[in-house]
Amino acid sequence: MNGLVLFSRRIWPQLLTLAVIVGLISVMFPGFFDISIANGRLYGSPIDILNRGAPVALLAIGMTLVIATRGIDLSVGAVMAICGAVSAWGITEGYGLFPTLAMALSAGLACGLWNGVLVALLGIQPIVATLILMVAGRGIAQLITEGAILTFNHEGLIFFGSGSVWAIPTPVIIGVLTGAIVTLIVRRSALGMLIEAIGINLRASTLAGVNTRVLLIAVYMTSGFCAALAGIIAAADIRGADANNAGLWLELDAILAVVVGGTSLLGGRFSLIASLIGALIIQAVNTGILLSGFPPEFNLIIKAVIILIILVLQSPTMRTVLVFFSSDKAAGIDSEKQKETVAP
Amino acid sequence: MKSSKAILGAGILASMLMMSSSVLAQTVGFSQIGSESGWRAAETTLTQQQAKERGIDLKFADAQQKQENQIKALKSFIAQGVDAILLAPVVATGWDSVLEEAKEAEIPVILLDRMVDSSDDLYLTAVGSDLVHEGSVAGKWLVDELAGKDCNVVELQGTTGSSPAIDRKKGFEEAIAGHANIKLIRSQTGDFTRTKGKEVMESFLKAEDGGKNICALYAHNDDMAVGAIQAIKEAGLKPGEDILVVSIDAVPDIFQAMAAGEANATVELTPNMAGPAFDALAAYMKDGTMPPKFIQTESKLYTQADDPQAVYEQKKDLGY
Repeated sequence: MNGLVLFSRRIWPQLLTLAVIVGLISVMFPGFFDISIANGRLYGSPIDILNRGAPVALLAIGMTLVIATRGIDLSVGAVMAICGAVSAWGITEGYGLFPTLAMALSAGLACGLWNGVLVALLGIQPIVATLILMVAGRGIAQLITEGAILTFNHEGLIFFGSGSVWAIPTPVIIGVLTGAIVTLIVRRSALGMLIEAIGINLRASTLAGVNTRVLLIAVYMTSGFCAALAGIIAAADIRGADANNAGLWLELDAILAVVVGGTSLLGGRFSLIASLIGALIIQAVNTGILLSGFPPEFNLIIKAVIILIILVLQSPTMRTVLVFFSSDKAAGIDSEKQKETVAP
Repeated sequence: MKSSKAILGAGILASMLMMSSSVLAQTVGFSQIGSESGWRAAETTLTQQQAKERGIDLKFADAQQKQENQIKALKSFIAQGVDAILLAPVVATGWDSVLEEAKEAEIPVILLDRMVDSSDDLYLTAVGSDLVHEGSVAGKWLVDELAGKDCNVVELQGTTGSSPAIDRKKGFEEAIAGHANIKLIRSQTGDFTRTKGKEVMESFLKAEDGGKNICALYAHNDDMAVGAIQAIKEAGLKPGEDILVVSIDAVPDIFQAMAAGEANATVELTPNMAGPAFDALAAYMKDGTMPPKFIQTESKLYTQADDPQAVYEQKKDLGY
């Protein structure tokens, strides 16, 4: 019970933000909550947010773990392009669905391994190490697609982008499943705690007997795997691999999702669920802007202002101010607790 | 006797060759930007094809999107003493000194597809497309197709602030101006990509009563149209019938969509810029005819009536 209370206190700012943004959109656009079924698939703006948010949500899962180790993975957008290109190439060459998926996912794992080796074994700063693949990755993807948009018509592969299971779009299911599995793995074992330990102090964790090298490589490989899933979804969605544009700048959206989710870029404590909500917040803002009908020149300004407001409200200074002015009981308990911990 | 005849024959042949070399360009250097898009790959393929057809020896240099590489290539063409240079400039500025070098060496330079900010006596001519005109061809098609029926149009713009987005929008709006039956109800950027085209179209459909309020889509390029067509289909509507689709560029994939009845019209941005360039060059070499400073390529309109499947077969191997 206590755990549940702590958990809900951890994610309420994100949930509240999401609710406020969705509320704002539905005020501006009254038909927002109309959900129907078209072509055997749920259809409506909230579904769009979930569906379009799935790739960034997947990236955010891997990114959360990487950031928790005090790292960062700038290459995820390029890895998406590579894996999308591999899947389109595999299916057009006639390798069949499962070998193709296996190849695309292995490509993602290989990219993650590359990043992990640079960071964990060679000790290169993560931002520089992953920048290499961010720059080179699109070139690799272009080599695979030979510079053109490689299109395909394989129903099995298209299913991952625009198919559905029980009327729920496949990308949403993949995102939720991946989130659940990764959460289970890191939270039902000591892995999550060890990842946090690495982020707080790499040297101390190594000295305490944590196999930090293997764990770091595994974390980057998870990020590569998530990016591969996102890449397959992005390619399947448009029935083609666009090496130039698939996943372009999505690494920044993924980092933003993690930050909006309240995980510190300095590593340590992380919350996967909060990052997933963060991804939905970003997509809700995007979809809201599209529905609002503002001229496109305003898109980025509106997005920036909303993100700024969210981050200011979440900032430690603002929190102190809010706690100071609120007569909330929880805040009182909070300060008492602090006294207790300070006392001894 | 026999041998003297042969010598005579060889002499005539040689003089003919010399004559032809004096009137026609034999070697032409071509500095291409790089492989930034499928369209550019097709432009390279077609330039090589056109040169081969005319018996021109084309020296090709890929600049990998860097101006310094293009300047190096131009200098090396000048040093080799080519007869003419084709240049697809990656940026507009910084060409003065190298173009002056070419002018001093009396090598005519023809610009392909993009313009430079240098004085126009530094190059022979520029071959390119008029972006505003492309937009107006698309708009005019819609005006004719509707024949006075009421129609709400949604627009997928190119990357905000880019010149194709600004000019194609302008041309389309000019063409539909004065036709009160056509209203542009929504306009958003789809960044010239399929993914964004699809995502933005999804929101258009939701915002306009499930798409029932939309009668036509105008996309600034075919890729966005292809993405939007998928969004329309997933919404349970028929693209090409419930919502008319007109776009610009004429890449192979849109012809497949047209053959399937899912797109209605596209305006070609021809990748064959080299053909008109070689024609102008041949006329200039022959008797010094100065071409106009800007040669506008044709913005051809393709509709479902133009046998889209055949055009697709023609275009698919050009490297788009």
